[in-house]
Amino acid sequence: MTARTDPADTALEARLRELAGAVADPELPVLTLAELGVLRELRLLGPGRVDVELTPTYTGCPAIGTMSADIARVLHEHGIPEVTVRTVLAPAWSTDDITAEGRRKLAEFGIAPPRRNRTSGPVPVPVELGPIRRRRAAAPAPAAALAPAATAASTAAEPEPVRCPQCGSADTVLLSRFSSTACKALRRCESCREPFDHFKEI
Amino acid sequence: MSLTDPTSPESPQSPQSPEPSGNKAALALGDDALILSHRLGEWAGHAPELEEEMALANIALDLLGQARTLLSLVGEEDDLAFLREERSFRNVQLVEQPNGDFARTIARQLYFSTYQELLYGELAGGDEPISGITALAGKAVKETAYHRDHAEHWTLRLGDGTEESHQRMQRGLDTLWRYTGELFQPVAGVDVNWQAIRATWTSSVTAVIEQSTLTVPDGPQESPWAAGAGRQGVHTEPFGRLLAEMQHLHRSHPGASW
Repeated sequence: MTARTDPADTALEARLRELAGAVADPELPVLTLAELGVLRELRLLGPGRVDVELTPTYTGCPAIGTMSADIARVLHEHGIPEVTVRTVLAPAWSTDDITAEGRRKLAEFGIAPPRRNRTSGPVPVPVELGPIRRRRAAAPAPAAALAPAATAASTAAEPEPVRCPQCGSADTVLLSRFSSTACKALRRCESCREPFDHFKEI
Repeated sequence: MSLTDPTSPESPQSPQSPEPSGNKAALALGDDALILSHRLGEWAGHAPELEEEMALANIALDLLGQARTLLSLVGEEDDLAFLREERSFRNVQLVEQPNGDFARTIARQLYFSTYQELLYGELAGGDEPISGITALAGKAVKETAYHRDHAEHWTLRLGDGTEESHQRMQRGLDTLWRYTGELFQPVAGVDVNWQAIRATWTSSVTAVIEQSTLTVPDGPQESPWAAGAGRQGVHTEPFGRLLAEMQHLHRSHPGASW
């Protein structure tokens, strides 16, 4: 390992981190990797040698390969021939890692940002059954009552509503836990009737 | 007889060879994720509604990501997925069971995702230093919580739905019940309290089934007929056809790429 005391190196490292962080997310190009919170570390190992740590949002995120390639390309363009991008899983990425600016951009883009400051896991919603019901259960319990003990704690508090990114109404309903990508849920606004994606909390 | 393609330049990983127990654990959990991912992928183009098409494919993608991470801890992921024979797979038999109708798929999801979330939760929360498996578990447990949530909601909707959906959901739960005992067979290298996982699994699944106006199956969770030996490489008849489908392309065109 080379000595890291040279201020020029430190400045270069910061500059490279900025460049890598400014790479756009391939699936949500409105966000940069830094705003998404997936760029964990960038180290200048020596002249022309950089090591980057990247964490996926979801384990199966198919965009991670493109992200790595994009980072390598940008760093190559800025005079770093040798770029190693490693994927790290721990500590697990959380939607709380999205920066304030990232959340603002998501909302502007029409995607309701994830809610903050809560433990991860599905936010309970009462199951909204259609008009046909075989025999109504005596007391329709919220889904939280069904959660096993392992996750019940995470669903104890009353969740804040997901607001419509179009009109701001808090009167929105869940259509599907899984939308166009694994990280989003599909919802509909009951006020303006627009469907929208919600970046769900993990 | 080996099914390994003789034209393949390199022989595949040899999963029969003695391995550290950590690798056995990664192989077992990785195979669970891989095989269930493939089964769920079979729904693409056939799901009852568009939202379910997306949901099942997304769940399959999560599982595939877990499988890739886990199998990469053992060896070369493609070799392990595509070049092993049936007897070398260590997944539980539950995940290889055919999709059946939508209700049966949901029953399989309910049984398995409840188990997987508990197992990953235990692994992630243990005192062990961060290893490949615990890092994966800590990440995947958050995804699996959504899989369980999805299965619970559908169990409730189908169970407490129409006469027809109720009967189908009950049939799905009954059909797969005998594969649930195997879930709690200790896996070498997975240091968790299996009895506690079984107890929590049972109370959780029971609560969902009862809330859904359905009946917890009363048959044995393991019997001579349930075999219950997927972890030892003994699989059920439908598994061969699944492997043929999953491995055919890779074996027919060794080294092909997009």
